[in-house]
Amino acid sequence: MVSLTINGKTQDFDVPDDMPLLWVIRDVAHLTGTKFGCGLAQCGACTVHLDGAPLRACVTPVGAAAGKAITTIEGLSPDGTHPVQRAWAELDVVQCGYCQSGQIMSAVALIKAKPEPTDADIDAALSGNICRCGTYPRIRAAVHRAATLAKETTR
Amino acid sequence: MNARRDFLKTAALAGGGLVVAFFVPAAARAAQTASAAPVAQTFAPNAFLRIGADDGVTVLLAHSEMGQGIWTALPMLIAEELDADWNKIKVEHAPAAPAYFSTAMPIQFTGGSMSTWTEFDRYRQAGATARALLVQAAAKRFGVKAADCRTENGEVIAGDKRARYGELVDAASKLTPPKTVPLKDAKDWKVIGHPTKRLDTPEKITGRAIFGMDVHFEGLLTALVARSPVFGGTVRGFDATRAKTIPGVRDVVQVPSGVAVIADHYWAAKLGRDALRVDWDLGANANLDSGSLRDDFAKTATSEGAVAAQAGDANAALGKAARRIEAEYAVPYLAHAAMEPLNCTVKIEKDSCEVWTGTQFQTLDQAATAQITGLKPEQVKIHTVFLGGGFGRRATPTSDFVVEAVHVAKAAGKPVKTVWTREDDMRGGYYRPAFVHNVAVGLADDGKPVAWKHTLVGQSILAGTPFQSMIKNGIDAASVEGVADSPYLKEIADYRVDLHSPSTGIPVLWLRSVGHTHTGFVMESLIDELAHAAGKDPLAYRRELLKDHARHLGTLNLAAEKAGWGTPLPQGRARGLAVHESFGSYAAQVAEVSIENDAIRVHRVVCAIDCGIAVNPLSIAAQMESGIVFGISAALYGRLTLKDGRVQESNYHDYRVVRMNQAPAIEVHIVPSTAKSGGVGEVGVPPVAAAIGNALFALTGKRRRELPFATA
Repeated sequence: MVSLTINGKTQDFDVPDDMPLLWVIRDVAHLTGTKFGCGLAQCGACTVHLDGAPLRACVTPVGAAAGKAITTIEGLSPDGTHPVQRAWAELDVVQCGYCQSGQIMSAVALIKAKPEPTDADIDAALSGNICRCGTYPRIRAAVHRAATLAKETTR
Repeated sequence: MNARRDFLKTAALAGGGLVVAFFVPAAARAAQTASAAPVAQTFAPNAFLRIGADDGVTVLLAHSEMGQGIWTALPMLIAEELDADWNKIKVEHAPAAPAYFSTAMPIQFTGGSMSTWTEFDRYRQAGATARALLVQAAAKRFGVKAADCRTENGEVIAGDKRARYGELVDAASKLTPPKTVPLKDAKDWKVIGHPTKRLDTPEKITGRAIFGMDVHFEGLLTALVARSPVFGGTVRGFDATRAKTIPGVRDVVQVPSGVAVIADHYWAAKLGRDALRVDWDLGANANLDSGSLRDDFAKTATSEGAVAAQAGDANAALGKAARRIEAEYAVPYLAHAAMEPLNCTVKIEKDSCEVWTGTQFQTLDQAATAQITGLKPEQVKIHTVFLGGGFGRRATPTSDFVVEAVHVAKAAGKPVKTVWTREDDMRGGYYRPAFVHNVAVGLADDGKPVAWKHTLVGQSILAGTPFQSMIKNGIDAASVEGVADSPYLKEIADYRVDLHSPSTGIPVLWLRSVGHTHTGFVMESLIDELAHAAGKDPLAYRRELLKDHARHLGTLNLAAEKAGWGTPLPQGRARGLAVHESFGSYAAQVAEVSIENDAIRVHRVVCAIDCGIAVNPLSIAAQMESGIVFGISAALYGRLTLKDGRVQESNYHDYRVVRMNQAPAIEVHIVPSTAKSGGVGEVGVPPVAAAIGNALFALTGKRRRELPFATA
């Protein structure tokens, strides 16, 4: 039995400690916004936050997340209005959309750590998130835009 | 086409009441049955839209949304003619039914960059028919002539009288639709041609969008299938003793493609499959080696094959030419590597079967499922969900991932979702076929080509599929498209294009831009070689050769101008260009590259696209960006290798694709046009590799004739 706090809600899960967090989130908690892409921390589609830091849920044993705050895409904002989500909508970033939960979670963590990210910061923070639709140029522009929106929001 | 006509007739008889000319799907029919009651809550004048009493306009998509933006473009066509309130548009994937067969082929599918142009008339007509009935209903209510009514933003207006579409649903449902409805003149378009943001964004930025992988309902189990490590291998026997001890594993069953481990969730199924022991009969392909195949292909390419296109006498003209250029080009097998690994959910009941999956091939999947379950096709419901990328992999003529899932659910006797791991997806076959091109070009004194002999060697995608009959005189058109119909060859009196289509045992399939993935690279690299041999600037040389090909020339000139062709670049950078027609559209690209620490870096790509009428300029730009990044992945990294019959690559670490730090800045310029729309989704891919290769040649003086460049 593992006790997890996902998006502010604490719940017990009858799963082995070494089961990857991703599959507890997806197949047991049934929060399917977090995606499975590779299972090897190669693509970033499974990115969630653990105590605010981005992490690949597909290679994280669920036991390591016990007692910590897990945030998934569903917990980012109640209505899709987080500055990063707003920037994504403004710049029409998504295509197939499968990788975008992970992209957004990585971008949110980046802007939190670096409120004015440079292109090099974006490369460093987001090169672990693959997009086969090739939305990278729009993601880059949207991260910059989100940084501006985030500042306006907190002002 | 008879089957379709008969179906429409039957549907018209069975539907009764309101059927216009289309089959009305079950959901809408239920609403009609309700119209026997006093007030209709839904107006469903045809298979493509329904309007609710709440003013909501639901558009049913005959095609699958896989990123290309059809979720927005098709509603735009309806909204244009309906004068709908854009904020009231809702979108659904249509069920699998003959009403949604393509206007180009009697199947329901998404591919060939055809969705928008093949639906351009049908979806506009659907919107116009609905509008006509709403106007008629309003005219009656207002006591005016229909001609005195106008429509705007979801309302019918006559003088000071107004009615929202939702208020007219009941009355409109009771009217007989007109036989023909005139469509708007292009100059009156308010939606078509205007940059329109995607309608699927809200779901896709909040995690609410449901992909095949996300399908869930009470009692659904998850299966992973152990498949032969060699294509065509079969199960000799298996030992599931240990697999069954894994907590959560419910069953282990044999299916034609292997052995399925069925469990409560993915992780238990994965551990169960790891613990499974299967004794494989590897079959005939255990010695397959992609390196040897490449050598074999190269040897075959020195002999003549089936003729795909010819004029005059290429051999004689080559003998007489002032100069001769000979070259061998090669491209490897490629995996689609879509972000969402393959998956399919199946629920079989006594008289029905439901399938949930991201598919590009509804009709074939439905037929294959019916055959396995012993049901009629109409008893099989295909629920199309969002596709986490398609690129052709989800349009398998064999319906491989659906067929397997149906077998698993049938053997289990329970609803099952079959999930592929990334490694399964990478190694599961259906690749872009490897090709070798052997080309000899004769040049005249002025440097222009006067003779062209071009032999291609590579597997046919259609061979052995239900589409086999489309192979004519030994030619699978998809193998030679982009060469056989090249504008350069049209200007030459003596040429010959021929093809060998060897069988190898490796399952092959269309991959975004299909034959153009290699022919665009080969033709545009060759033209660069010829320009160099002629001592001419690659742009000037192409302008001469393409002077009578206005749309090639238009995109070429626009891309060159916007890229600043001929202007100085920072030290260590060079430009290359390419132009290629595919799927009825024309794309030219200029790439700026450098080599940094032995790695090729693409800094900037400028693209000009002429796709005729640009229905949604915003999504056209997005698709060019997408195609360019997809093409760069193939140009720099993409290569699938086989050794001892086994695919060597397994995941994104050894099958590399472009990442954020490797993505160039991209600029897209759309050529204004009133020509019939062409395709968009694949058109951005073909020129990229050549543009990069030509830039690398300009930079280094070394011609690269084999993909991928990073390892060549």
